[in-house]
Amino acid sequence: MPEIAEITESYFADFTRRERRAAWLEPLRERAMERFGELGFPTTRLEDWRFTNVAPLTRTPFKMPSPVADGVTERNLDAARIEEVAALLVFVDGVFEPGFSRLRTLPAGVRAASLRDAWDSPGKSLQGHMARHADTDRNAFVALNTAMFQDGALIEIANGVVLEKPVHVLFVRAPNARGTVTHPRVLVVTGRDAQVKVIESHVGSAGTAYFTNAVTELVAGENSSVEHLKLQEEGDEAFHIGMIHSHQERSSRFVSHSVSLGARLARHDIISVMAGEGAECTLNGLYQAGGNQHVDHHTRLDHAMPHCASREYYRGILDGKSSGVFNGAIIVRKDAQKTDAIQSNKNLLLSEEATINTKPELQILADDVRCTHGATVGQLNADALFYLRARGIGFEAARHLLTRAFANDVLSRVTHIPAREQLEAKLLARLSAGWKPEEVL
Amino acid sequence: MLEIKNLRASVAGKEILRGVDLSVKKGDVHAIMGPNGSGKSTLAQVLAGHDIYKVTGGEVIYEGKGLLAMSPEDRAREGIFLAFQYPVEIPGVSNMYFLKAALNNIRKQQGLTDLDAMDFLALVREKMKLLGIDEALMNRAVNEGFSGGEKKRNEIFQMAVLEPKLAILDETDSGLDIDALRVVADGVNALRSPERAIVVVTHYQRLLNYIVPDFVHVLSAGRIVKSGGKELALELEKKGYGWLEEELQAV
Repeated sequence: MPEIAEITESYFADFTRRERRAAWLEPLRERAMERFGELGFPTTRLEDWRFTNVAPLTRTPFKMPSPVADGVTERNLDAARIEEVAALLVFVDGVFEPGFSRLRTLPAGVRAASLRDAWDSPGKSLQGHMARHADTDRNAFVALNTAMFQDGALIEIANGVVLEKPVHVLFVRAPNARGTVTHPRVLVVTGRDAQVKVIESHVGSAGTAYFTNAVTELVAGENSSVEHLKLQEEGDEAFHIGMIHSHQERSSRFVSHSVSLGARLARHDIISVMAGEGAECTLNGLYQAGGNQHVDHHTRLDHAMPHCASREYYRGILDGKSSGVFNGAIIVRKDAQKTDAIQSNKNLLLSEEATINTKPELQILADDVRCTHGATVGQLNADALFYLRARGIGFEAARHLLTRAFANDVLSRVTHIPAREQLEAKLLARLSAGWKPEEVL
Repeated sequence: MLEIKNLRASVAGKEILRGVDLSVKKGDVHAIMGPNGSGKSTLAQVLAGHDIYKVTGGEVIYEGKGLLAMSPEDRAREGIFLAFQYPVEIPGVSNMYFLKAALNNIRKQQGLTDLDAMDFLALVREKMKLLGIDEALMNRAVNEGFSGGEKKRNEIFQMAVLEPKLAILDETDSGLDIDALRVVADGVNALRSPERAIVVVTHYQRLLNYIVPDFVHVLSAGRIVKSGGKELALELEKKGYGWLEEELQAV
């Protein structure tokens, strides 16, 4: 087995070999790579990684994928496509595929492009915001992504422009992705009074160990509205590490939905900075795991200014021998008076061997604030189960009905109906694995 | 239709039913009365198959089959309906979805195909009218945020849609004001039929002014200690349960 130092070396080798497209980004990349070298991969000795052991990930020298990705066809993408979107950007093994993408005419003031295409005419948003928000200093994976990313999506919405339908950014891994790593990168920037919905999905094939290390930065301009849905549906042997970092200006609204269904090990960090007065931030999350899956959400709501409101609703469904982690930090800075924060994390354990570690983490430095939090861990309600059965609904069907109802509390908050319906169907399919639906539902 | 023989049941090691005997025929309406803690609700729940109660003896024959070996869902599919004393709130499951799933499970057992959306809606509308239920209720989650009266009314509404062969009403009258009581009783009376048996479990005689039973039984300390016609209920109302217990002790 290779030593960790050798593994890190292989990332450095790839760093040297990578394409250099944007000169202005090079200093940031150099610094990020240096920082990655200093930090190294996190271990469970770090408080933030106590319950998530990335050792299996650090034992494999994941390489950049070969430039030709085989085996992904239009048909493969059917299950991942979402109806009624304004644009679709498809990335196969990290590289933009214009053939699979749908960039039909977008309204004036809307830009949705691959980063590769954007390098040549970067504009203010890209140079001003790319890698300016997500923290490369403290997070090794963000540093690694920043140093290495080759492609990704840029979505820019000009002042006052409202894009009703979502932009879908789809990262798909090829069936032969074994042993490879991609560093998908997304940047979303909205101008004043603008509005956008972005769906970011990550899908891959079963039975192949690969690594996705994603970073998304969202910058919501003054009084703008941003809704972001991330669907993590990687293959069952994959590793997915993702950072979502949002930065909100005055009176802006940001809604994040993190739906994590796939991967052998998934770790999601979501950092939301309310940097202007009157900003509102909602973090919704649903994680579902079975078998030996591990899923970790670390969220951080940073109330940096007064009169900001945050709402956080996370729910987990854990079966088999799976394990989950929810760590919800709320930070209220000294001047952030009139902060209004509500956090809730509810977990459903469907087996005796499934586990969850849930922890709120409150740092409140202002005195005139409202912060509430609550966490529950439980089984399906026995009274509700009996009530359904006493009406003729079978045991397994009743369990499913209650489990879906539990999940729908989160999924019902997704505003794009076709996406919501697809999520419900995907969740049902996962919950139903190994279950024969002979029952009438 | 239903034969209960020497039924004994306990919960958490405590015996509640101590040899209940009861025979119910098609078309009959039976009232089971008794003081608090006599085992009325336990009897209702055991018949519906709640697994927190352990049956320790006796047997129950329903339409020629052993009931006690059947799962709760199979009992429902065979036509048994329990109107709960405390209907359960189920957030995230709409009444519409719930009722349709219930009905189609029961229809499947009867060898019928699923009702399509239009027929289901027509059926539901007809029954809602009967119980004076607002259509908006169908899209709300099952019992969530309902008042006590709304919950009870919803139980009878479900019963009207599912058309059971044997309905067991567990204290459906408690907590209802007189208007709500009338609505619920009218709903139950509309379902009286020579093909259907109804067992009304109640603490108060009041309900029996509206749902007039053919037989009245008194349950005390886990046994049926007295049976009679509808006049027995009036006697109990006048004299209370104390009289009966004294009479029993004298014997």
